[in-house]
This record gives sequence, C-alpha cells and structure tokens, in this order.
Amino acid sequence: MERLSQLRNPDLLRRLAGAVRAMAVPACTLMEVCGTHTVAIARHGLRQALPAGVRLISGPGCPVCVTPQDQIDHFIALGGIDDVTLATFGDMLRVPGSQCSLEQARAAGADVRLVYSPMDAVTLADHLPARQVVFFGIGFETTAPAVALALTEATQRGLRNFSVLCAHKLIPPAMSALLDSDLNVDGFLCPGHVSVIIGSDAYRPIARRGKPCVVAGFEPADILRAVQLLLSQIAEGRAEVESEYSRAVRPQGNERARALLERVFQVCDARWRGIGAIPGSGLALADEFIDFDAARRFTVDLPPAEEPSGCRCGDVLRGLIDPPECPLFGVACTPAAPVGACMVSSEGACQAHYRYRGSEVTL
Amino acid sequence: MADLIAEVFAARLGTGDPPGDDAAQLDAAGRLAFTTDAFVVDPIFFPGGDIGRLAICGTVNDLATAGAKPLAISAGFILEEGLPIADLERIVGSMAQTAQEAGVRVITGDTKVVPRGKADRLYICTSGVGQIAEGVTISGANARPGDVVLVSGPVGDHGLAVLSQREGFQFESDIISDCAPLAEMVQDLLAAVPGVHVLRDPTRGGLATALNEIALQSQVEIEISESMVPVQPSVAAACELLGLDPLYAANEGKMVAIVQPEESMAALAVLRAHTHGADAAVIGAVAGRSQGRVLLQTALGSHRILGRHVGEQMPRIC
Amino acid sequence: MCLAIPMRVISIAGHLAQVEEAGVKREARIDLVEGVAVGDYVIVHAGVAIERLDPHEAQETLRLFSEMLSGTPEPATEP
Repeated sequence: MERLSQLRNPDLLRRLAGAVRAMAVPACTLMEVCGTHTVAIARHGLRQALPAGVRLISGPGCPVCVTPQDQIDHFIALGGIDDVTLATFGDMLRVPGSQCSLEQARAAGADVRLVYSPMDAVTLADHLPARQVVFFGIGFETTAPAVALALTEATQRGLRNFSVLCAHKLIPPAMSALLDSDLNVDGFLCPGHVSVIIGSDAYRPIARRGKPCVVAGFEPADILRAVQLLLSQIAEGRAEVESEYSRAVRPQGNERARALLERVFQVCDARWRGIGAIPGSGLALADEFIDFDAARRFTVDLPPAEEPSGCRCGDVLRGLIDPPECPLFGVACTPAAPVGACMVSSEGACQAHYRYRGSEVTL
Repeated sequence: MADLIAEVFAARLGTGDPPGDDAAQLDAAGRLAFTTDAFVVDPIFFPGGDIGRLAICGTVNDLATAGAKPLAISAGFILEEGLPIADLERIVGSMAQTAQEAGVRVITGDTKVVPRGKADRLYICTSGVGQIAEGVTISGANARPGDVVLVSGPVGDHGLAVLSQREGFQFESDIISDCAPLAEMVQDLLAAVPGVHVLRDPTRGGLATALNEIALQSQVEIEISESMVPVQPSVAAACELLGLDPLYAANEGKMVAIVQPEESMAALAVLRAHTHGADAAVIGAVAGRSQGRVLLQTALGSHRILGRHVGEQMPRIC
Repeated sequence: MCLAIPMRVISIAGHLAQVEEAGVKREARIDLVEGVAVGDYVIVHAGVAIERLDPHEAQETLRLFSEMLSGTPEPATEP
C-alpha cells in the first residue's frame, strides 16, 4: 500500500521513539519471540528507544536456531542418496550439521536447490521426474500453511517423487514452556505473521498467567507502538492480549489456513534445540499425507549429533543470557566462523547482536 | 581455433596492436594504474547487461577508482566446450560496444577451450592499464575526519537484477543492472574537484562492504544515514520480499566518492550533471579516527553498526 | 521467521494471483484467503497469500500514527 509508506516517516519514528523513551515504567524485561522481529529491532536500532531499566530480549523465535542438530543432519544425509534433490529455504544453507553444512554438501556434489516458496519445490519435482525432491519443512505457523498447500498440490498432481522432512514448530507452547521455566519476563511482543494464522486470541492463556501480550507488525513504527502498548500494560498492572497489527491479524486468525493445517498435519511433541522437549509444540504429517514423509520414505545412517562444547545457544534462546554473555561470543563464535545456531542464522540473536551492535561495544 | 579468434574476436575487438603479435605495445608516460579482474557471473545474460559488458565496465571502473583514464584492456577467455557461438558473438560484441562507450581498446587477449563441465559456459579475465594525471593521489587510505561521503546513484540494482534470474527466485520486475563505465564521470569529477580523497566502486558485497574497506584502510569511523542512501523502489520491494539488504547488494555502475567538506557540493553537482550520476547523493561523513568502523544512523535517529557482510546474501523467508 | 510483505493483486487465475509491489511481480497462491479480488492487498509469505490487508484497519492505523505525528496526546505517554 503506497500509503503504508507513511509508516516510515522519519518524523513519526523519532516522535514515537521519544514517546517510548519518556515513559515512566518500572524496570522490566520484555521478550520478542520472532526472528523477523529480532532482525527488525536490531536493524533499526529500536532498543535505543527503550526507557531506562527496560530490557528487550530475544526468545526462541528463530526456526533455524531451534531446529535440533540431528534433524539438520538428517536432511543433509538425505542429500547423499542417489537421485535425491534437496530443496530448502535459503535460511538453511549455511547452518552447520555435525559434519558439514548444506552449502558444503553442495560443494561436495549434493544436489541442493534453494527455493523461495514450497510450491517451487513441488514444481521442481514435477519437472524432474527422475529425481526425488525432498523439501525441508522448517518454520512456524506462518510457514506451515504454505507447506501444507504444497502437499495438497503434490497430491493433486499425483507426484510420487516429492516428500517433506517435517520440522515445523509452534510458538504458543514454547511461550508456555518458557514461563514454566526459570525465565523472568514481564511481557511478550508477539509475532505478527504467526498471529495472522493463529489469531491474537491464541495468547489468552499467556495473558491469564499474568503476562501482557501485544501482537506487533514489522515496520519500526509497528514495533515501537507495540512496545508502547506493552509498557503501558505493565505500568498499569494489566495483563491482556492486544494487537497493534490489526490491519492483518484477527482474533480468530485465518480459519482457512488453520483448517488446512489440521488436515495436513498433526500436533506432536517436539525437541527444540537448546531448550529440550516441549509437549505439543511440533507438527508431523497427518495420516492422509504420511506417504510424503521423507523420514519414512528414505533410510539414512545418521552420525551421532554433536552439540558444540561451550555453546550457550540454549540459554540465549530461552532468554536467560544476552549473546555477549556467552564466552564464545565474538571470540570463538562469529558470523564468519559460527559455532552455534544463534550465530549461524541470519535471524539468530547472536548474529543480530554481532552484526548490528558489534562484538564488544553495545550500541 | 585460429578461425574462431579471427571470426568472433578480431572482427569485433580488432586484431591487437601490433596486429598478430603475442604482446601488445603501448606508449604511456607518468604514473600508471594497473588492475586485474575475473568475471564469472551467473547467468551470463541478465537484465541490463551480460558478462562481456560487465568485464569492460568492471575493469574500467577499477582503474577509475585510482583516478586513472583507461588506456588499454587485455581479455582472456576460458570457454566451456559446447558454448553456442551465437552467445559468444553476442558477448564479445557487447564488449566491443562497451569499450567504445568507455573510450578504451581491448588490445590483446587469449582464448582457451576446456572440456564440457570444466567451466560454467565462460569466464573472462581482464587486466587494465590507465593513466593517472599528475597530482592525482586517490586511495582508500586517504579518508580524513570531516570528509563527506557521496554515492553516485541508487544501490543494489545489479545484485537484484542478477538474482531475479536465478532459479528459485524468479520474479518479474523492471530492475536492470546498472552496469556502466564510469571513467568519464570520474574524469569530470577530478577536473572540478581536484582534492578527491577516495573513490571506490561498491561491487561484490555492496556499499556496506566498500565503506568498511575504506574505514579500515584509512583507520577512520564513517557514519552514514540510512534515509539518505538512494534505493530504487523496485529494488527496495524485491529486497523486502526476499529478506535482503540493498546495502550489501552488488553495484556495477556506481562510485563512492569521499571528498573534502568544502568541495562536497561541487562534487555532487558534477556527478549529477553526468548521465551515470544523475541521482548522486550525499550519504554521510567521516566521523573520526578509529580502528575502522561504519555506523548507520537509522530512520528514527538511533545508530547501529553497518558491518562487512559475511558471504553471499541468501534470500530468506524467515 | 515470517518475512511477508503486502502486495497488490493485479490478476487472478483460479488459485493463483499475480501480485505486485513497486514494479516487482510474483505469483502467489490465494487459496488461503477468502474472496480475494483484483486491487486487494494481500500479505505474501513464501509465495502464499496468508491474509488480505484490511483497508479499514490499515486506515485506522495510519490515522493513529498521523495523530501521533501532529502531537495529539496519547494516554500512554508519560512525562
């Protein structure tokens, strides 16, 4: 929308930032749970608009960061099978498995194709009947519907050479699990596009536990406004669900998308890298689509997954420490030579901190 | 092979100088600039240009960053067996045309054919020699606190134009590569503003990487303002769609110029008067001495680091 | 995690729409959004429209921000 460019008016942003900075609120900690928010906040220097005493930390909102090492190894190993073509979002290309990354596997001869849409992977399978195309299904509730559509498309086209390695995860169970743990957080900035699918009502259980939730869009103005709403709630002792992103998010979400998710996937327990098992926090293929499950279609020998030693990604993902508090940060672990997923992923809290706030100086 | 050289290359680029010799000969006096480059762009034809045009522009522009007037270029070709002759003709023709546009000649070259699969269609390696006028000393190490930073036009066009053709990211747009020879624009600039300190063409790694290199070489802190960096709306939209940052996308027809503050308006006017600099803009300044750092002032007035990029930008959905 | 931008629908053929933003055009599946019409803005993620941008709500958002710019006091702002 051309008019939405008004949201980028520098005067508006400065005024909003000034208003937020001037708010009288008790010292508190806010958590965002969306990798795209992590990047937007770092890129636009939004932390500098926070009032004194207010901390904004990153949670487990980066799908690359929370995909367990063995699932990454599994996908890479599939690429070693004859006639298999791996299709993946660009986000995964440089993530290291226990032995190598997809990029390195490609350099060693694996057929790895980057796609922007899971539909492109289906089209690829259609055009390459002699190859088995395996798509890596990562991402949260925003992305799962697109993968679900791809699976229904593959069914309609009668494709026998398309499959998905399903690693999707769900955000609200992770938020609940964080509250069950030793995390001290006073409010959540909720992910705008996950909420488009699941609806803002999905956060009511979190609010009922005394934590205010505000759904935020992705423009700097959206995020600043959402922080303003969140801090108001904290200052006034309220714990409600509010949505700043009303132009896209409805209380009940996108019902068609949710119905499709229910048809194509089933909820399962899932392991989150660095956090551990969270019940009911993952998606697996439903029975009707089980033939498309790459984990069943192919057998691979997996090396034992090795978590890098000294890595504190888990504590970063759970919001317990800031990236510079990890002893490896900026020293042994940098974007050029990453150790843990939080530094590898372009949405990881560690990479965002390093790239936009430096390795030593906090801006 | 001799037939190939004769028909495709000689017909378009000439026969070398002196014709038929293995080494070309040049007359040159004074300080020379000398550069070498390899071109492996994929795809070889992209909106707004091709690998041939890129090869000439890239070489000429490298010479221009030293303030040099290009004298001559050499071009070596590594051809994959099976490359259609029509493609080669088109590329070499494009080189000839671009060389003429740039006022430079390709005076010597070489060609090798390698087996199918041993090269990706073709690679072009160039070297270029240029003349630096007396008194001109331009280097990435010359940025000084207080200097003004300019860019000759919108950034990210080439990177996005190429990406739009890659498998998996196809999108339609009016984005075309900005590939252009800038020697003449630089000569105009030097004539009007003799005290230019730094010139750099922000190719691979984009504007952010070029500024970081300069900051490191000169041991200064450079601060730029995000809202002052020109970006075409279509490039901005494509970057948002794919999760890319235009500040890191390649440019092949842009120049960063760092000049003394009292000459910055004159520099801007000269750039804007040239076809390839019509949208030139002041984007920031050299803030002070440091270990070499670039800061970006965001639209809301806060600051963050503009780092050197790590590896090629990958489109994201996340 | 959720890169998605609003794009305008310029043509529709069944489940597929051509969407456009600042001259950048792509194809997007629209089966997840009910009643998409040419001229609508949809939010496109990974080649799929996940929602239609509500023009009324968008207007409200812009109005709110425009009020902020003109300095109308907001209850949340404390000195």
